[in-house]
Amino acid sequence: MRQIAFYGKGGIGKSTTSQNTIASMADRNRIMIVGCDPKADSTRLMLHSKAQTTILHLAAERGAVEDLELDEVLLKGYKDVKCVESGGPEPGVGCAGRGIITAINFLEEEGAYEDLDFVSYDVLGDVVCGGFAMPIREGKAQEIYIVCSGEMMAMYAANNIARGILKYAHSGGVRLGGLICNSRNVDREIELIETLAERLGTQMIHYVPRDNIVQHAELRRMTVIEYAPDSKQAEEYTALAKKIENNKNFVIPTPITMDELEELLVEFGLLGGDEEYEKAIAADQGAVTV
Amino acid sequence: MTENTNPQVPENAGQPGKIQDHFELFQTDTYQDLFAYKRQFEGAHDPELITQTAEWTKTWEYREKNFEREALTINPAKACQPLGSLFVASGFEGTLPYSHGSQGCVAYFRTHLTRNYKEPFQAVSSSMTEDAAVFGGLNNMKQGLQNSYELYKPKMIALCTTCMAEVIGDDIGSYVTTTKNEGMIPEDLPVPAAHTPSFVGSHITGYDNMLVSILKTLTKDKKAEATNGKFNFNLGFDPYVGNIREMKRILGLFGIDYTILSDNSDTFDSPNTGEFKMYNGLTTLEEAGDSINAEGTFFFQKYTTPKTQELITKEWDQKTYNFRPFGIKGTDEFLMALSAITGKAIPQELQDERGRAVDAMTDSQAWIHGKRVALYGDPDHVFGITQFLLEMGAEPVHIVVTNSNPDFEAELREVLTNSPYGQEATIWGKKDLWHLRSLMFTEPVDLLIGNSYGKYLWRDTKTPLVRIGYPIFDRHHMHRYATLGYQGAINQFNWIVNTILDELDRQTNIPAKTDISFDLIR
Repeated sequence: MRQIAFYGKGGIGKSTTSQNTIASMADRNRIMIVGCDPKADSTRLMLHSKAQTTILHLAAERGAVEDLELDEVLLKGYKDVKCVESGGPEPGVGCAGRGIITAINFLEEEGAYEDLDFVSYDVLGDVVCGGFAMPIREGKAQEIYIVCSGEMMAMYAANNIARGILKYAHSGGVRLGGLICNSRNVDREIELIETLAERLGTQMIHYVPRDNIVQHAELRRMTVIEYAPDSKQAEEYTALAKKIENNKNFVIPTPITMDELEELLVEFGLLGGDEEYEKAIAADQGAVTV
Repeated sequence: MTENTNPQVPENAGQPGKIQDHFELFQTDTYQDLFAYKRQFEGAHDPELITQTAEWTKTWEYREKNFEREALTINPAKACQPLGSLFVASGFEGTLPYSHGSQGCVAYFRTHLTRNYKEPFQAVSSSMTEDAAVFGGLNNMKQGLQNSYELYKPKMIALCTTCMAEVIGDDIGSYVTTTKNEGMIPEDLPVPAAHTPSFVGSHITGYDNMLVSILKTLTKDKKAEATNGKFNFNLGFDPYVGNIREMKRILGLFGIDYTILSDNSDTFDSPNTGEFKMYNGLTTLEEAGDSINAEGTFFFQKYTTPKTQELITKEWDQKTYNFRPFGIKGTDEFLMALSAITGKAIPQELQDERGRAVDAMTDSQAWIHGKRVALYGDPDHVFGITQFLLEMGAEPVHIVVTNSNPDFEAELREVLTNSPYGQEATIWGKKDLWHLRSLMFTEPVDLLIGNSYGKYLWRDTKTPLVRIGYPIFDRHHMHRYATLGYQGAINQFNWIVNTILDELDRQTNIPAKTDISFDLIR
């Protein structure tokens, strides 16, 4: 059984990318998705539902997580992919990180990890606390895929996640499997992500182009694989799925400094150089005095 | 009003140089006046109202309200996970129990053990504070492990977590590896680590988690081709050091080669030789490592050690057995099975002891028969006592188990249903001692069996209390005795019947009024 995790900046398209990829992998593998995001949107495309009942939601209702049965929270979705969402507290209260720990412990104790080829964790945004690192602790996800795009904040997040992985890489066995570029149609995006990947010591495992068909499928609560299996986009996700299945490139990442990251962006024209910056300031001041 | 007119010599000073005992001191007029005077500042209620309310708490009406309680627990009959972890860890040779959390946590566990055993108990902590809560406990653990190793030279550090470390998600397994990678403690120092959040389960869960981790660590790469011919014995969270010693005596009589998985009998009862000995755990690390090659493992507390038993059954591929050698029947079953499994005859000495225990039982059973009993404690502890009570014809009525579980309740219910003396019994799972207080007022019993916390129920309901369980803070030396085997059965008869007889004497000791039954011979 291989355990993988998708990390990436919020809103980057992790859940969409991971579900489409897994929908394709499910043709050839037995898979469980563990959603680790209080929003609980990691499985909706597989289940064709708004959002599934989460472990913590039910635990809060019953009073304790021990009062739950596995089949109440583990549903079978598209191609029998097992789907489970950890859930979490309402925004602004409690501790979402502890929620993830509780949920994963529950799954382990209830034997949810049996008879599987892949377990995939879909983890919210940045690794903000120890709880969000639960999926990469010893004995859990060994391969991390970072979903990113050529936008500065997405790359910034990717670099931060690489730092998180590095922290756990020497003591546990967690490795970076690659960057997945989920295109935002930024100039020279492929080159940029490939360069970032190289700096981080990894690969850009796949470039997923932007296509409106993804939105059409999402509106119908489906993956593209299911909605339009013969489309160009479905081919892209299948290509990514196969690359992940056959991936052998697992590394301990070499995160870069903030300065290096900014230099990289300047080099690719995303951030202007000093001259441009001074010009902008001058223009700004000019505007005030006039 | 009370004024202290002479601060140098208080008027209740008594004889110069004699320290007043606080039992009497606070009864003197000076203090009594002071207490009365202070009431006005304390917003104290009218004594009449207090009495009235206290009476109301004894009613059915209050009982029903009490059982509707949802969010509040009052006097739970359980402790938290790390206590069990420290308890089991301390039975291994040269082992320093380590609690990854703040100092207050480990201080609580230490006092809780020390007060029961009247022995010092050594355990250390990561001393986590506010900054560790924000930045994670890695630095605290690294320094803590290094300090502990250098100062106290343990052969093993058994690490468990606390609430704070669990909430912030400290990955202790990787922290230990990091500490070793950085050369702060030796690579080959065994440091088993267990997740033991106090807000989950109870001390028995922590016992299990720690034992699993210790055994996994020590038996790594130790699996041999052939068995070592030994048997492993685990007593669970059993507070009686006498039980471990009794077990060893029985195994000695049989001539069975054994390993006690966590022999902490000397930890909690070490001889006073005038010299301090830091580590008293009797299970050597070598024996524990070799336990993976044993013929089989016996568990005496099924519901304390489910994970350990699963490890041994599934991963070690070893036979495991569950017995409760308490009371006559429980001991019979265990000894007969032990004899069948090992192929060794039951020693004559034990057969004689059985005869004596049965004799003791017949001597006393008239006084115990038909007595209604309330009891509480851990699942297996309560199980053993219930079986024993049924043997004597006593009738368990209220059985409170705060750290209960459905399997345990089903198993115990079957035992109760099958006995004519178990018909009145109700198992109150997940309930606390304040629930039990209501039960004892609305459906009174003759006898209460439990730990020291039952003292408050004894005070309020006047039901005599037999102290069997953990913790026992207010009586001495109880832990030295065995409750296991035939000897243990005799000890328990002794405590139970003599408590009943003591109470009878108290009930009949008013001359010319109740003393018609104040008999010399009982």
